[in-house]
Amino acid sequence: MTSFDVIVIGGGVVGTAVLKSLASYEAKTLLLEKASDLSMGSSRANSGIVHAGYDAEPGTKKAYFNVLGAKMLPALAEELHVPYRKTGSLVAAKGGGEAGLEVLLDRAKKNGVRAEILSREKILELEPKISPEIQSALYAPDAGVVSPYKLTIAQGDFAVLNGATVKLNEKVEGIERAETGFIVKTSKGEYAAKAVVNAAGAGAKRINEAIGEMSVEQVYAAGDYYILDSKQSGVVNTVVFPLPDEKGKGILVAPTADGNVILGPTSRRVSEAQAERNAVTREGLALVREGVNRLISGVRIGDAIRVYAGTRTSVGSDFIIEESKSFPGYFMLLGICSPGLTSSPAIGEYVAEWAAKKFAFKKKEKTVPLPKKFKLSACSIEEAREKAKEDPAFGRIVCRCEKVTEGEILSAIHSPVPACTVDAVKRRVRAGMGRCQGGFCMPRVMEILSRELHLPLTAIRKGDEGSEIAPYEVKDGYEEL
Amino acid sequence: MNTVCIMCPIGCALSVTEESGKIVVTGNSCLRGQKYGESEFVCPKRVVTTLIKGEKGGVVSVKTAEPVEKKLVKEVLKEAAAFRLSSSVRAGEIVLENVAGSGVALVATADYDAK
Amino acid sequence: MKNFDVVVIGGGPAGLAAALSARKKGASVAVLERDDKLGGILNQCIHSGFGLHYFGEELTGPEYAKRFRDAVLQDSGISVFLETMVLSLSKDKIICALSPAEGLLEIQAKAVVLAMGCRERSAGAIALAGERPAGIYTAGAAQRLCNIDGCLVGKEVVILGSGDIGLIMARRMTSEGAKVKLVMEIMPFSSGLKRNIVQCLNDFDIPLRYSTTVTRAEGKDRLTGVYIAPVDEKLAPILEKEEFIPCDTLLLSVGLIPENDLVSDMIELSPITKGAVVDERRETSLEGVFSAGNVLHVHDLVDNVSEEAAIAGESAALYALGKLPRGEKYAVTPSRGVRYALPQRIQAGEGKVRVYFRVDQVYRGKTVAVASGGEIVKRKKTAVMAPGEMQYIEIDKTALTGDVSIYLEEV
Repeated sequence: MTSFDVIVIGGGVVGTAVLKSLASYEAKTLLLEKASDLSMGSSRANSGIVHAGYDAEPGTKKAYFNVLGAKMLPALAEELHVPYRKTGSLVAAKGGGEAGLEVLLDRAKKNGVRAEILSREKILELEPKISPEIQSALYAPDAGVVSPYKLTIAQGDFAVLNGATVKLNEKVEGIERAETGFIVKTSKGEYAAKAVVNAAGAGAKRINEAIGEMSVEQVYAAGDYYILDSKQSGVVNTVVFPLPDEKGKGILVAPTADGNVILGPTSRRVSEAQAERNAVTREGLALVREGVNRLISGVRIGDAIRVYAGTRTSVGSDFIIEESKSFPGYFMLLGICSPGLTSSPAIGEYVAEWAAKKFAFKKKEKTVPLPKKFKLSACSIEEAREKAKEDPAFGRIVCRCEKVTEGEILSAIHSPVPACTVDAVKRRVRAGMGRCQGGFCMPRVMEILSRELHLPLTAIRKGDEGSEIAPYEVKDGYEEL
Repeated sequence: MNTVCIMCPIGCALSVTEESGKIVVTGNSCLRGQKYGESEFVCPKRVVTTLIKGEKGGVVSVKTAEPVEKKLVKEVLKEAAAFRLSSSVRAGEIVLENVAGSGVALVATADYDAK
Repeated sequence: MKNFDVVVIGGGPAGLAAALSARKKGASVAVLERDDKLGGILNQCIHSGFGLHYFGEELTGPEYAKRFRDAVLQDSGISVFLETMVLSLSKDKIICALSPAEGLLEIQAKAVVLAMGCRERSAGAIALAGERPAGIYTAGAAQRLCNIDGCLVGKEVVILGSGDIGLIMARRMTSEGAKVKLVMEIMPFSSGLKRNIVQCLNDFDIPLRYSTTVTRAEGKDRLTGVYIAPVDEKLAPILEKEEFIPCDTLLLSVGLIPENDLVSDMIELSPITKGAVVDERRETSLEGVFSAGNVLHVHDLVDNVSEEAAIAGESAALYALGKLPRGEKYAVTPSRGVRYALPQRIQAGEGKVRVYFRVDQVYRGKTVAVASGGEIVKRKKTAVMAPGEMQYIEIDKTALTGDVSIYLEEV
């Protein structure tokens, strides 16, 4: 049985943030993820907003970690070469909504967040297409957008590059106490660890139960989203929210870090079983369309290239970020819903410091930086020329919509946390994320995966087990029909 | 027999019967429909296109060199499903003679390089 | 920097026909093709039915492509660049492309023919509700996996959209070992060819339901079924009549969009065809840039593509050689039952012009009229016209005295 200092359960943005922060210490770490890739839960399907920090109630963990995380995120994104843009955000109010904005402004002050209330005239300078109904807005210049799944994956890559182990497709089935800490039993094996960090997101309750910790009540809210073609990118410049209500921050309109436009989410209470399925609803999409029209005029829904749903898991009104009292060495990260993405770097640091202190991990003198990868769509003509000369695979474009070369795909397949599925390739290099949604490149990406992973084409999956894209050969079982 | 005429976009619903040795087409609006109805009644034929698997992987597209009787289409497909190509072929070359006893050959419509 | 008289972007049926006709006029030609083989989508269209008009015989897609490919490859005046993707085209016709063999390629063209084809609308574009497991594909992607790679995407198939690709794939999936349970069409009529409905569906007893759509998809990792419902006059699903169809595959044939991203901020595009606005020589709003095939407007027959591309290729060569005449242009406007007409401009002069058009619904026994300067210059009585079958009417340019309108009488 292999022994580790720390085992992190869950490969979302929080779990990988912990792993990334632990990579600065002399500690042997393992991350276990039940799905086929990192970022397969809430981290892949959320708004991708870096919240400035005015929304959370002063004094809460949400407020503390949000404000701290928002300050850390720009540098982290730069360090890991993750798409991030500081766009600023607006909470837009109709006439009569000023009181609501004042409440937010007051919280911003208490949380130490820069914010001001703008008149319609000033709003128009930022958002020329703001709806005519909007009269005032709370402007927070430090808000931004980040690619949540790319951040998650890059944190995992960085950690692996610096000695961590990441195991995908491995579900935790039981946790036992041992003399030296814990034994974690998975679908594939057993591992010993001094400390276990529960960052399992929607699965955190199950992990708590597996160890025998208090059972928590998780509440699941699903949200529907539209992603629009990058040609709509001029329609909005900042993250535009409506005034929040009891259901959440409401349906927003924002640019994405990768240059698309995101609309959503709704907030539908769903069951635990539904939370795993992420089904988009027609009613939800209709609500998004209505919500968007109240904020920004001239958004062309006809330019949608994708719809999806994501689930947020909450436990009570605040984050639970604490070491278990009954099981010392077991650290719980529960109910990390919004602003979880923004908070994640601060949560990662907090947990790493806790572990370092408890187990006296030494800080490494230096870490290996994550190398910046070549990206055709972001480079100059001269760089493209040089790269294609150096390696012809970078001269072969596989995804025409997003201009992704075979070389980029190969590098994703052979990255520290390897991309082994079509969707995993897509999340890393955007092949299939453009306007044709993989209609052209999907078979070609499958061919490359088949070649590189030495698997028959029929075994290539979209995502998790059971999602083979073309599972049969032609004529298989023809006689039976 | 009832069928739909494919000679033009109208798509007349044809009814074809045999009355005292004579084929009668009704529902058509022109002579082309009459002829189509007759041929579909007497002996409808189709060009069958399908894939043939290579012994060591890969597929090649094929077609029947001539239209075959419609009632043989499923047999042609069945025989094609069971057949494995063992050597390379060029487009236009015969892959399988007299498929399903139709008297017609399956011909490659693209090149295939045996692995 | 390389120099050519005519650079053709795209080596599918349109690009190849354009290249050949440009050569005939004596131009030096380059064809830039992103795939490793010329022929474009025809290479995966292994069914027959191509070439009845153009060659007078029934060919499969690969065979039709081969005729053009062989002619292009034999012509030493045509340079072919494979695995070559165009990154940009400037207004002064400098093309920047990338390929593994050449690296970054810069070409100065005197004239350009756009022949990039079209793409399929995806599940996202139609905002398909429900889950997004494996098993939901565009018909063209499934066709490629089947006919080129020899892989079948599923065994129990439902198809949304009765366009030709959907119908062809219904037959293909059946022929290769799957069961096609249902083809659905949201409209009350098919946009596919009658021949395909008969030979792809009826021959194999595959049911076709009109005015029906998919309301949501179900399945966590693999599709387990779809909910379908009839639609009302506004095409909104009647959810009380929703039913569940178990299946492992949903193929989408819900429309094709001309692939004009390369030039969308440079040339005038029609909001209806999503292709360039052209004159009868297929010249776009940018002088010396021509367009043909599915990038110009979506065709139902490749034969028409070849014909149209030959016009574009010839005109491009004439332009490059300084021989393309210029003159006053009349606008061609569709109305009353005609959804679009192409070309959208006709240059005054002599000779005959075929105006291609599509109607907006099924019409029987209508007369198509062309008017110019307020006078009717041509009438044509038709038995039946459907949106799925492109029509044309030939007019004599000498009869034109002003802007042209094309419409159906009694509509």
